[in-house]
Amino acid sequence: MKIIVCVKQVPDAKDVRLDPKTNTLSREGVQSIINPYDRHALEEAVRLKEKHGGTVIVLTMGPPQAAEILRESVSCGADEAVLVSDRAFAGADTLATTYTLSQAIRKIGGADLILCGKQAIDGDTAQVGPGLAVRMDIPYVTCVRRIAQVNDKSFVVERLMDDGYDEVEVGLPALFTVVKEINEPRLPSLKGKMKAKKLAITTLTAAEIDADVAQLGLKGSPTWVVRVFAPQLKGERSMIAGTVQEQVDQLAEKLLEWC
Amino acid sequence: MLLIDIDACIGCGLCEANCAFDAIHVVDGIAEVNENCTLCGGCVDVCEAGALKIEGREREEKDGLAAWSGIWVYAECRHGRVAPVTFELLGAGRRLADLKKVPLSAVLLTDQAGDIPALLISYGADQVYVVEDQALADFTDEAYGNALEDLARQYRPEVILAGATAIGRSFIPRVATSLKTGLTADCTQLDIQPEDGALLQTRPAFGGNIMATIACPNTRPQMATVRPLVMKALAADPARTGAVINCRIAPERLQSRVKVRNFVALEGDQVNLNEADIVVSGGRGLEGEKGFALIAELAHLLDGAVAASRAAVDSGWIPYPHQVGQTGKTVSPKVYIACGISGAIQHLVGMQSADTIIAINRDPHAPIFDVATYGVVGDVFEILPKLIEKIKQARTSSI
Ligand SMILES: Cc1cc2nc3c(=O)[nH]c(=O)nc-3n(C[C@H](O)[C@H](O)[C@H](O)COP(=O)(O)OP(=O)(O)OC[C@H]3O[C@@H](n4cnc5c(N)ncnc54)[C@H](O)[C@@H]3O)c2cc1C
Ligand SMILES: Nc1ncnc2c1ncn2[C@@H]1O[C@H](COP(=O)(O)O)[C@@H](O)[C@H]1O
Repeated sequence: MKIIVCVKQVPDAKDVRLDPKTNTLSREGVQSIINPYDRHALEEAVRLKEKHGGTVIVLTMGPPQAAEILRESVSCGADEAVLVSDRAFAGADTLATTYTLSQAIRKIGGADLILCGKQAIDGDTAQVGPGLAVRMDIPYVTCVRRIAQVNDKSFVVERLMDDGYDEVEVGLPALFTVVKEINEPRLPSLKGKMKAKKLAITTLTAAEIDADVAQLGLKGSPTWVVRVFAPQLKGERSMIAGTVQEQVDQLAEKLLEWC
Repeated sequence: MLLIDIDACIGCGLCEANCAFDAIHVVDGIAEVNENCTLCGGCVDVCEAGALKIEGREREEKDGLAAWSGIWVYAECRHGRVAPVTFELLGAGRRLADLKKVPLSAVLLTDQAGDIPALLISYGADQVYVVEDQALADFTDEAYGNALEDLARQYRPEVILAGATAIGRSFIPRVATSLKTGLTADCTQLDIQPEDGALLQTRPAFGGNIMATIACPNTRPQMATVRPLVMKALAADPARTGAVINCRIAPERLQSRVKVRNFVALEGDQVNLNEADIVVSGGRGLEGEKGFALIAELAHLLDGAVAASRAAVDSGWIPYPHQVGQTGKTVSPKVYIACGISGAIQHLVGMQSADTIIAINRDPHAPIFDVATYGVVGDVFEILPKLIEKIKQARTSSI
């Protein structure tokens, strides 16, 4: 089985803050990490490979420094890594991103299974997985919480819904986006780290994926950000003090008023 | 690329003051851009001298955009139940439709429409497009996506809104990609731009640390998923009238390569976390399942849902669907009661948009108090049982 895992480099949430005084994002010491959901996608791919055989390829679209997360992925069990990187990709929204990723996947010969995280924690859109599947014309299942059965040419998986979960069956090739519940990602192994160090990362440019420039980056993005601003803090903050009973009485009074 | 017209630039510094990314500075009286620039365009709009432009972003006068008209709301319905966010969207859509003086339509995809079209009209729809087909009994991305896509191509709405629910966030991207148009996820505010009637879609990004307003100027429809519990539903008016338009979708378009075999509901009579007005949430401070029994009792009393921090989920005290935060759910209830939760940023991003936040924690320095509307420094095992008792008493004495 050939599995492609789409991974994204994102800023660590705890570092990203808008300075309310200057209205700028403080960039100091912002660490870049693998999108947390993508670790679970990678782990699931590696487990499938270990059980059923095959290859795991990690793929990212991003600036040259995104190679870091590809190396980290290889140290956690991926076999190959592909970086799609070109200035022409700058400013891509999800429509342009899925175009670029789909062209890259075609270039490397497609896959039996494509795994994505449920969403990236910077944009929080959860749109790249479904959009990529549409571009590849393959079926997809979002928010997969368990792969229950792996048959020769089909999978039974559980998808998380708001009111419970659905058990669904789908043939290959297919794309899944995964939630955290699906597994516990492993730490890098020593052997993996060695491999990652020596790894040759395939880098593909816009020309190498035969991309139509009109569909790339800013040009290929129908959505435009018109304004970025700091969220407004809501209302006042106060502490409820006193003895335990006094605290409880005040809390209960407020709750009974609302509920 | 951000282009700076150095002849037009007057070095006023408005761009610098409005850049959220520290990417533009006035040096020697002229604006200069650095590699922090994300091409967000925030500076272009504030530049009074008109000296800034983003290459490739010139507004194109595309023919045919005007042919798209009317506001659509996807009426989410699963297992015979209309998702409450649908009514909220009809409320929001009604306001947009009135501003633009166009009709508001609901789109219902179901195996059994029953009284639902009339219900949608009572909540504000002028018309309801109904596709009733056995193939829509279970939710599948392909059948639902193709149906909505085909209707949109036929009737050409300028705006399509859907709930940012598990279903909406799964199949709406399919529709947007097929229609090659823009989609803004998880919006919390919608406005009409007075100059050109464009839909302005505002949403939190970076886990709510910044807000972004997004437009979709050159393609139609303009599509958005909208966070549940943020928009206001109108009161239902059974006297309202509207048209029901029955539509047929080609059978091959309602086929799905994904087959639903079985559905397993949430255990017990639990309230859906995304739809709850009141959420009672517990963290490591609850120390185990016993602590969560207290939370569940309080939630039950208040008709609310139970949530948890990741620490509690990872300890196995409560299953993952209850997790709130960066790698769990994002909720916007009226009241969020955080018990024994420290308030790590990864938790805050999932709940800080709640109207009122109550925090109970024995550590006065816990960061949860920075976002709490009402903070209580104390032991949850002392406070919660007394609080439950007090509410029970008040309820019985008021009957
Ligand atoms: C990539 C990534 C993703 C993450 N995603 C999430 C996520 O989605 N959601 C999430 O919640 N976390 C997430 N986390 C984890 C997050 O960083 C915190 O570790 C977690 O939220 C802490 O949970 P807690 O507040 O319950 O536990 P703790 O931080 O241990 O806090 C427990 C609190 O309870 C108080 N307490 C203890 N006993 C009592 C008592 N008897 N009475 C009153 N108060 C008491 C303590 O003072 C303390 O403040 C993520 C982390 C990472 C790295
Ligand atoms: N630039 C990218 N390169 C590779 N994969 C991506 C990229 N952006 C998004 N993805 C994948 O799509 C998922 C959802 O991202 P998003 O739609 O941005 O929330 C992520 O978890 C990744 O698996």
